Amino acid sequence: MKLVSPARRDAPSSRSPSATLLLRSVALGYLAALLVVPVGMVFYRAFEKGFGTAWDAVTTPPAQHAFFLTITVALIAVPANAIFGVLTAWVLAHYDFRGKRLLDVLIDLPFAVSPVVVGLALILVWGRDGWFPSTDVIFSTPGIVLATIFVSLPFVVREVLPVLEEEGTDQEQAAATLGARGWQVFWRITLPTIRWGLTYGVILSTARAIGEFGAVAVVSGKIQGRTETLTLYVEDRFQSLDLTGAYAAGVVLALLGVTVLAIMTLLQRRHGRI
Amino acid sequence: MGPLTVGGLSVAWLTLIVLIPLAAVVVRSFDDGAGAFWDAVTAPQAVAAIRLTVIVSLIVAAIDAVMGTLIAGVLVRDEFPGKRIVNGLIDLPFALPTIVAGLVLLALYGPNGPVGVNVAYTRVAVLLALLFVTLPFVVRAVQPVLMGLEREAEEAAESLGAGPFTTFRRIILPALRPAMLAGVGLAFGRAVGEFGSIILISGNLPYKTEVASVLVYGQIESGNTTGAAAVSVFLLLVAFVVLLGISFVARRGEGR
Repeated sequence: MKLVSPARRDAPSSRSPSATLLLRSVALGYLAALLVVPVGMVFYRAFEKGFGTAWDAVTTPPAQHAFFLTITVALIAVPANAIFGVLTAWVLAHYDFRGKRLLDVLIDLPFAVSPVVVGLALILVWGRDGWFPSTDVIFSTPGIVLATIFVSLPFVVREVLPVLEEEGTDQEQAAATLGARGWQVFWRITLPTIRWGLTYGVILSTARAIGEFGAVAVVSGKIQGRTETLTLYVEDRFQSLDLTGAYAAGVVLALLGVTVLAIMTLLQRRHGRI
Repeated sequence: MGPLTVGGLSVAWLTLIVLIPLAAVVVRSFDDGAGAFWDAVTAPQAVAAIRLTVIVSLIVAAIDAVMGTLIAGVLVRDEFPGKRIVNGLIDLPFALPTIVAGLVLLALYGPNGPVGVNVAYTRVAVLLALLFVTLPFVVRAVQPVLMGLEREAEEAAESLGAGPFTTFRRIILPALRPAMLAGVGLAFGRAVGEFGSIILISGNLPYKTEVASVLVYGQIESGNTTGAAAVSVFLLLVAFVVLLGISFVARRGEGR
């Protein structure tokens, strides 16, 4: 579950140019048919009736509300996960304790659980007949936030932990020996060390938070103008047979995703991870 | 803050956000007794959905294993203009929201698509959507291993007269196997739980194109949370087995 993208190195294969060409054609053909042409098609469909039509479709009041709700939810969920992620990675990297391996596996659960199951789980805890019944969670923004935190929880841990493990604790111990307090060590040594891992984790969490659909579909109640996020708005437009609206809102989401991807790739190239 | 406080905080957070809700699903699934649980997961519609989910996910995992390894091979060993862009595109399915993935496939392979192929509301549509969202797993698992592979063994095999196919099967494939398995495991797990990319393109027809996650969604909507919880427990079990399997394969790989 990483956007690490290693490429290049290794000289091109010297043997059998026709076999090389065949393999290349198969790989590129597959990617074109499955990925590139379909994505291009959505852009084409969105702007088929002109840019103005597409713009109007994504600036209706419900579309705007959906957009801002999505951003708001991400702005709460991503920092929450960043804090949890750094704390957890720090404990996992620095201390041995019973159940550490179990904790390590449990952190990945959100990657493996179906989004619909996440939604159901939240209803069973916070819903009317749930364990902690509340009227302000399900069918409301807090429920959407909880669902989003759940599905994007592992990213920061998974990006920060390997960095901490690789660096070891020498520098932190040296700082502590020289009289630095816990927080000073964290701000001056730990945080600069994990800076890039944290950045990648935050970027990946943001992409996932903006794009979540299944879990949010279950807990939000899909109330237009109130609990409808941008992904839900796409489905809503599609089901209402407003295809231009669906494609246009889809393009907004696709652009957000592609931007995230581009930032990641640029950062990784700058920091030698490619 | 000491390590105990920090550790306690992260365990508490994980418990509140993830573990308690998942526990609630398991408890709810047995609310009406084990018999009711069994009835819910063996109801004909549930059996059909679970069977479709598992079979399609297995096919997806197999195709991903072959195509993912091939794409990784081309990206590492081949050289052509625009290769870096292609390499960047591999992650697109992770960056695109799943609902957009479904929309994207529908735009090309749905009704009124420009290629004259309409797979909407068929099982092929489910397959296509799952291939789309799981594409990066095997590529990204195999690619770094292939990059780190020493060429000496291959060259030795070739100088001893082994053809490219034999070299691949006897030298490269064994080295890639743990990474391939890890990638395939992740892809399979993702395919089993996938929802967003399927909902628009599959039509969600019971007994035909309805997968397990869509069935659960329908049961939640109609207020049958106990039934939904029962099928969810099956999905959770698959997720857990896949996670344990991957961690087992990874640990065995480290031990070598």
